[in-house]
Amino acid sequence: MRNEKNIVFKLPDSLKEGATFSFCPGCDHGLAIRIIAELLDEMNLREKTIAVASVGCSVMLYRWINTDCVESPHGRALAVATGIKRTNKDKFVFTYQGDGDFASIGLAESMHAALRSEKVTAICINNTTYGMTGGQGGPTTIMGQVTTTSQDGRNVELHGYPIKIAEQIALCEGTIFSARGSLDSIDNIKKTKKLIKKAFEIQQKGLGFSFVEILSTCPTNWRMTPQESHERVRSELMPIYPLGIYKSEEERGKRKEE
Amino acid sequence: MQKMLTKGNYAIAQAAINAGCDGYFGYPITPQSEIGEYLSKKMPELGRTYVSAESELAAINMVLGACSTGKKAMTSSSSLAIALMQEAIGFLAADELPAIIVSVMRAGPALGYIYPSQGDYNQAVVGGSNGDYRTIVLAPSTVQECVDLTYKSFYLAQKYRNPVILLADGMLGQMMEPVEISDYPYPEVSPEYWALTGAKNREPRAIYNLEPEEEVLINRVEKLFEKYKKIEENEVDFEEYLTDDADLVVICFGSMTRNVKSAVNKCRKKGIRVGMFRPISLWPFPAKEILNLAQKTKKILVVEMNMGQMIKDVKLAVNGKISVEFYGKPVGQWLSVEEIIDKVRGET
Repeated sequence: MRNEKNIVFKLPDSLKEGATFSFCPGCDHGLAIRIIAELLDEMNLREKTIAVASVGCSVMLYRWINTDCVESPHGRALAVATGIKRTNKDKFVFTYQGDGDFASIGLAESMHAALRSEKVTAICINNTTYGMTGGQGGPTTIMGQVTTTSQDGRNVELHGYPIKIAEQIALCEGTIFSARGSLDSIDNIKKTKKLIKKAFEIQQKGLGFSFVEILSTCPTNWRMTPQESHERVRSELMPIYPLGIYKSEEERGKRKEE
Repeated sequence: MQKMLTKGNYAIAQAAINAGCDGYFGYPITPQSEIGEYLSKKMPELGRTYVSAESELAAINMVLGACSTGKKAMTSSSSLAIALMQEAIGFLAADELPAIIVSVMRAGPALGYIYPSQGDYNQAVVGGSNGDYRTIVLAPSTVQECVDLTYKSFYLAQKYRNPVILLADGMLGQMMEPVEISDYPYPEVSPEYWALTGAKNREPRAIYNLEPEEEVLINRVEKLFEKYKKIEENEVDFEEYLTDDADLVVICFGSMTRNVKSAVNKCRKKGIRVGMFRPISLWPFPAKEILNLAQKTKKILVVEMNMGQMIKDVKLAVNGKISVEFYGKPVGQWLSVEEIIDKVRGET
């Protein structure tokens, strides 16, 4: 007989039972959603959460997350989140977006939500490509990276430079917390979970805008195995997009509240 | 009830407050900016939400967010900026969210100018989002109707869980008229059974429109159209004036009604048997009523401040039974009473 005491690993209540992820093998999206769900459980947020899904591989968040959820038009997740939170101050609101959604088509919405210090949390999966549409070059595609729209590698003349999202969001006056994590190792998964926890706590305390960027893999479009993909995150992405906390101003957030 | 003298834009804003609007999200554009200015002061005083959005894209999507939680939310804008909102209007229709969009028309195409015009009939009624969807469209002709139809917009949006466009124009927005602003006269419709409020003591809810399953998507669109049929059966609104014995009926909408009515009155004094008909709900369109008219009058003249937009719906309704003529111009000074009388004389 199953003894509850012996269970060391179980599905979080904030993930729908029986739902299966439809992500490609080796993709980090599932991990990211899993740790978010664990935190919603641990922080007892599930019943007051309204999640905002975006367009891209993140679009079907509502199929997996066991909370209320609304799907946003492409790039507008933080506008939708603003509308929810401003009219429902007692609810917990987070967006789950890709880098194309957050930092290309939705950059205005993202930065202005940060500048207004909306009391919501944004989580952005950065896999340096447009995954769902088949691996085109995006706002975070690194210099030299080969994609279906930068077939000779990204170069300045044709494509300009990539955006360093966590650094840029940290520059916004209203941002209370901005950090970048990764899911390439058990250690980094644990660290990223802590970053998201911090971001969620900041919203819970009503201090202002909190943001976590997560370096993630896209093995299918990178034409790599899952192992090679995580190696790429370490060797190619981390030097350009270093992990860490770019802004954490809880004290300033508190003063502003007073 | 006290009468007050106020601008159409202020009347709409105050009516939205009385209708229980929980959140207003907007971006400035002439000739509707007074709506946002008024609400930026009043809404916070009432403990309600006002947000100066960074763009119309953001504004309409903030409305989407607020509406998804069952809150009453509204934006207002004009012409080329309503064009920016089209994607989200499709989302609101597909998601069945009760959003209020006040569209105060200016002259186009594109930037055009801030002259009043009725060039956005197609934009409102046909719409510029993709796929099969409908928005309810109500067109006021006086500042008093700006109030009455704002109330009705909130009610119909809630009742049918559908976006509603209040289609005013720069003249109505900027002109002052005596108006009585009553309390909100409609019953409240509870969003309890569908709104996102947190999955407490119930299964989680999701509001979305992506649907990979073909059959499910077909069923969803068909269900939408069952709702649209109900709206067409129950919510057609129009004004009919001196049409019983009319040889010619002038059909118009919104502000154009004012000069057309005066022209009809003057023609009647001269013994010309002319009447007027105007759709108040541009969608659902009063097609049956116009077909009935076509069976008792000899000719229809459609008068619009555009190059001929509503006339297509009139012709579909008349279905070739009698001749339908057009009189209009795109921009500038409104067609005067005298110009309309001359045109009516030419047609009778």
